Amino acid sequence: MLAYLIRRLLYALPILIGVNVITFALFFVVNTPDDMARMQLGVKRVTPEAIERWKAERGYDKPLFWNDAAAGTGKATETIFFTKSVKMFALDFGSADDGRDIAREISLRMGPSLAVALPVFALGLFAAIAFALLLVYFRASYLDFAGVVLCVAMMSISGLFYIIGGQWLVSKVWHLVPISGYAEGLTAAKFVVLPVLVSVLAGLGSSARWYRTIFLEEYTRDYVRTARAKGLSERLVLFRHVLRNALIPILTGAVVAIPTLFMGSLLIEAFFGIPGLGSYTIDAINAQDFAVVRAMVFIGSALYIVGLLLTDISYTLADPRIRLQ
Amino acid sequence: MIKPVLLWSDLLFFLLIAATFAGGWLAARTEHLRLAWRRVGRSRVAMAAATLLAAFLLIGVLDSLHYRERLPGDGENYAVEVRSALDALLTGLRTRQERTYSAPLATHLFAKESLEGDQGRDFPRLKHGGAHLGADTAGHGADLLAKTVQGMGVGVVAWLVLWLGFLPARQAAPHLAWDAVLATLFALCLVAGPVLLLAQGYHVLGTDKVGQDVLYLTLKSVRTGLLIGTLTTLIMLPAAVALGLLAGYAGGWIDDVIQYLYTTLNSIPGVLLIAASVLMMQVVIDTHPDWFATAAERADARLLALCAILGITSWTGLCRLLRGEALKLRELEYVQAARALGVSGARILWRHILPNVMHIVMIAIVMDFSGLVLAEAVLSYIGIGVDPNTVSFGSMINTARMELAREPMVWWSLAAAFAFMFVLVLAANLFADVVRDAFDPRASR
Repeated sequence: MLAYLIRRLLYALPILIGVNVITFALFFVVNTPDDMARMQLGVKRVTPEAIERWKAERGYDKPLFWNDAAAGTGKATETIFFTKSVKMFALDFGSADDGRDIAREISLRMGPSLAVALPVFALGLFAAIAFALLLVYFRASYLDFAGVVLCVAMMSISGLFYIIGGQWLVSKVWHLVPISGYAEGLTAAKFVVLPVLVSVLAGLGSSARWYRTIFLEEYTRDYVRTARAKGLSERLVLFRHVLRNALIPILTGAVVAIPTLFMGSLLIEAFFGIPGLGSYTIDAINAQDFAVVRAMVFIGSALYIVGLLLTDISYTLADPRIRLQ
Repeated sequence: MIKPVLLWSDLLFFLLIAATFAGGWLAARTEHLRLAWRRVGRSRVAMAAATLLAAFLLIGVLDSLHYRERLPGDGENYAVEVRSALDALLTGLRTRQERTYSAPLATHLFAKESLEGDQGRDFPRLKHGGAHLGADTAGHGADLLAKTVQGMGVGVVAWLVLWLGFLPARQAAPHLAWDAVLATLFALCLVAGPVLLLAQGYHVLGTDKVGQDVLYLTLKSVRTGLLIGTLTTLIMLPAAVALGLLAGYAGGWIDDVIQYLYTTLNSIPGVLLIAASVLMMQVVIDTHPDWFATAAERADARLLALCAILGITSWTGLCRLLRGEALKLRELEYVQAARALGVSGARILWRHILPNVMHIVMIAIVMDFSGLVLAEAVLSYIGIGVDPNTVSFGSMINTARMELAREPMVWWSLAAAFAFMFVLVLAANLFADVVRDAFDPRASR
């Protein structure tokens, strides 16, 4: 098990390097720092001096991969690739365009992101499984059919509609919670309730329908027929046999998402004014702050790889037959 | 005179439609594909959804026939704006602009303004909405009712004509669910008739902040949604199919490289990869203004680039599926036999493996569509979607989002965008479900 985990972690290294190369290519080869400077300064009034100053301020005034002018190891380290990409492995993200330290900003914003993302994850999973179990319990009835129709309708509605509709109904018409904003401590609950409800609702349709198909597939298995034949009640069959066995595919989809919860949700945070990592990313995208976007891409992929690893471990917990080696 | 303009997206869109027809022709010659499509055709839900999708497709095709108008005067001078056949059909809607917000079917502007002279503040009369009623709008309600009833009459007549038109098709293929098609068409006609008549004198879905007709904007959005939903899949399809099959069939280091490639791409959070790519593309477009002759071409390039970016981020799922399938097929007897007979690897992939994974590709195409249409709205909202000059559901929602905070509320542009998007995505989802069930070998009994 431990050997397996170590091997998997080592396997993650080339992937992270690959991610770094892709983002590097995206940010510095497709567009040279000169292009970016021209873009940031405005296309019309740029002098070569202004571009040089912009590049020097942000550390883009070095060669891309290889610095012949430097001495010793400086040939490799005094380059944009090294200063902007390799340092990320040491979690050194540098500073954003507004001069703030990105790593510090991230640690500050992780809390609000988790305050929304964790309840969304837990409640969403619970609601979808419960709804799917209900439909499966009444399978091949009108209730089941109506439920599936509801699921398809719900997944055909744009996520933006849930957000805008929820804000309008709950905050503006009913005046139950503030439209947007955030506060530290327990008062945060007031601000978090609506985004959590909205995201759970928005995701319910597709996940409940997917879980329903998984449950139904389990229902056709022989062991279910055996369980019923030996006189188990329908409820026991459903909860003890079907649910337990259907957990594996459900876990694959769910566990991989846990680490990425740290990243928060771009859309929800932007709409509800929650100062988390999602809104940080959106602001960076809108301000074209490349350093921040690059840092978030790196962290996001690292967390995704952790998620894959967690998925493997959760397999062994859910299904004793699976051994990692 | 006009000068036809063929934008790149138009070309790809028409190619795609041609490919669909070619695919249909091929499917009709292949026994098991014909059976699967017949299952789709027998489903009422699928046929009703297909009818709706065909209506959307018609709008999209009309909106893809672009041209530039010739300017009055001597010489070969053409207008800078690129219009489409849909624009020409909807000239009335496009040109009847008001000053600002007005509610659906209204005769007055939405907000009070100081009137000329000394009449205090009141709702100003619309320039075009209900103009035929004259200054006195007493007959407004009656006029609306009369136009609606007349429109329904027109709709029923149009439906009867369609019904007659469908007679030969129904006789040729009696086992298809034509009743669902006709019922959907009836509903469409019943809605379209009144809208058509009312649109002559009113703004059926109101006007937006700068006084543009919302109905016109919504119809224009359809093309953007369709393009994003279809072209993205088209762009990523060759890479996904080729790499997936190659990885599964060849195995060894090729498999390792391809797996590494898609795991790496997959591990970058999708939205961030899209955002980063769109940012970079924006820099490229902004630093090379000389590449594009007209604003329409620039917007078109951005739309295509967005499709490509969405494609690059979404091919991994299909690729992994196909790899697994090719792994399985490689061990089957008929492939072993082909190999024993000395058939080359490329030929085995092309003749023996590709046709047997086509159902997976087919399912992926239809399943991806609705997700992509929804994704466009979200991306345009975040500001990394289509060009601001391109009308799309996302940009409509984006410009309308602050209007809910107004008092009283301006709800119609949001409602129109969401309603159209809902119908389009719902139809696509329902159709995709039936197609998946029909093509999935496990489900066929």
